[in-house]
Amino acid sequence: MDLGQFFGRYGALLAEGTWASLEMTIISTIMAYIIGIPLGVLVVVTAKNGLRPHRAINAVVGWIINITRSIPFIVLLVFILPFTRLVVGTTLGIPGAIVPLIVAAAPFVGRMVEQSLAEVDSGLVEAAQSFGATTWQIIYKVYLRESLPSLIRGMSIVFITIFGYSAMAGTVGGGGLGDIAIRYGYQRYQYDVMIASVILCIIVVQVFQSIGDIAARAIDKRK
Amino acid sequence: MIEIEHLTKLYSANTGDHAALHNVSLTINDGDIFGIIGQSGAGKSTLVRCINLLEQPSSGKILIDGNDITHYKGKQLLALRESIGMIFQNFSLFQQRTVLGNVTFPLELRHENKAKREQRAKELLDVVGLAGYEQRYPSELSGGQQQRVAIARALANDPKIMLCDEATSALDTRTTVAILDLLQEINRNLGVTIVLITHSLAVAQKICNRIAVIDDGKLVEEGKTRDVFDNPKSPITRELISNDSSMAFSDNETTEEKAKFQELREEEA
Ligand SMILES: Nc1ncnc2c1ncn2[C@@H]1O[C@H](COP(=O)(O)OP(=O)(O)O)[C@@H](O)[C@H]1O
Ligand SMILES: [Mg+2]
Repeated sequence: MDLGQFFGRYGALLAEGTWASLEMTIISTIMAYIIGIPLGVLVVVTAKNGLRPHRAINAVVGWIINITRSIPFIVLLVFILPFTRLVVGTTLGIPGAIVPLIVAAAPFVGRMVEQSLAEVDSGLVEAAQSFGATTWQIIYKVYLRESLPSLIRGMSIVFITIFGYSAMAGTVGGGGLGDIAIRYGYQRYQYDVMIASVILCIIVVQVFQSIGDIAARAIDKRK
Repeated sequence: MIEIEHLTKLYSANTGDHAALHNVSLTINDGDIFGIIGQSGAGKSTLVRCINLLEQPSSGKILIDGNDITHYKGKQLLALRESIGMIFQNFSLFQQRTVLGNVTFPLELRHENKAKREQRAKELLDVVGLAGYEQRYPSELSGGQQQRVAIARALANDPKIMLCDEATSALDTRTTVAILDLLQEINRNLGVTIVLITHSLAVAQKICNRIAVIDDGKLVEEGKTRDVFDNPKSPITRELISNDSSMAFSDNETTEEKAKFQELREEEA
């Protein structure tokens, strides 16, 4: 079977799989950031030397992040099936995959955001305070703005991690490249299809890594 | 006028409370360039940071134009801080903002409209000698230029008071002299009262009309700069003076000129 024949037979399948993987990953990444940014900000702001120190909130949020992050994704996937069904009405397909992906990724994003914000020079926060900035203004105009290049670098790491998780989520009904690789390669011994999906995974990861690097470098005004 | 009365600041440590400031009282008059000198760890930063409540005093009062500010909260606190500019040893410029963006920052906080705040920022950049640098980023500037941007930013809200915490300590001698000249110009032309922390006597001697010496959280001496230098009363001050070998700046100002200059300052005050 030559390449033309191969793509004739499997091209549509692979394209659909790539798209399914991207769809799961992109939607989950966006949702994980919508939840994760407030989590990360909350941890930084309520820390002992933060803008609004608050022991209890800090401990609870830190605890939620740690617990969720300690559960292996494949276990989490099964563990929260009832929750998934409750939220999207199904445990199948892309919706069924997205819920566990968000649950797993949001705390991870929280940690990434926390780390990026922690890199912001405390002198800048102090300077902003000295000009009469409110806590919200410091969060937006200092913490998030000054750490933007770092946040974007973090985002490509998050994307790649979720993309990896999505391969696992796919095997329980979401479809995508991971699902194709397992079904064809592992269950039917069609190594050519498996190799093609592995190559596609590599391409997707490299593309998003490069986009992240280039974007972060382009907007970073530090030397 | 800033009146500091019996100011004490305690930090709690494992070994019990530690007084970073102990019963400090002093008065800073409008138009002063008031120097606060002392060794590292003496409590200088703590003292100055109490003036804009970056630190909350443990006890004592701080009156600014007669109003005790130590209990200020919420909007009143933010308004107080707007009326006091501050510059720092490491400049603390926003790295991801242009020079213009740094100077407009305090105005942005007050939701001043864009055209107005950029207009104001340009005027201020002109004052500090950085016209034409609007679109540069801090990482593209020298230390002296960065401190000029920080000074312009500190002036954005038209403060009556400017706090300078070791503002020249990261700069070489020549740049230090230039920045001190600029501060002096601002003090004279804009009537801004300057409170300047330094561990360098040369800096204090160059521009301060009055100084206070702090040691281990306590005020040990206060007075006209010249009096304190000519006739130091406390052993700590004498020690500071004798330890400071680089007392005079190596610019071409003679001692005589300096003395004359001090007289001028005192007449003005
Ligand atoms: N946030 C803080 N917590 C505990 N101790 C502090 C804190 N800030 C300053 N100190 C202590 O207070 C003393 C005075 O510090 P500081 O005002 O920074 O001195 P200076 O500016 O004269 O070098 C030092 O002993 C310092 O360790
Ligand atoms: Mg200090």
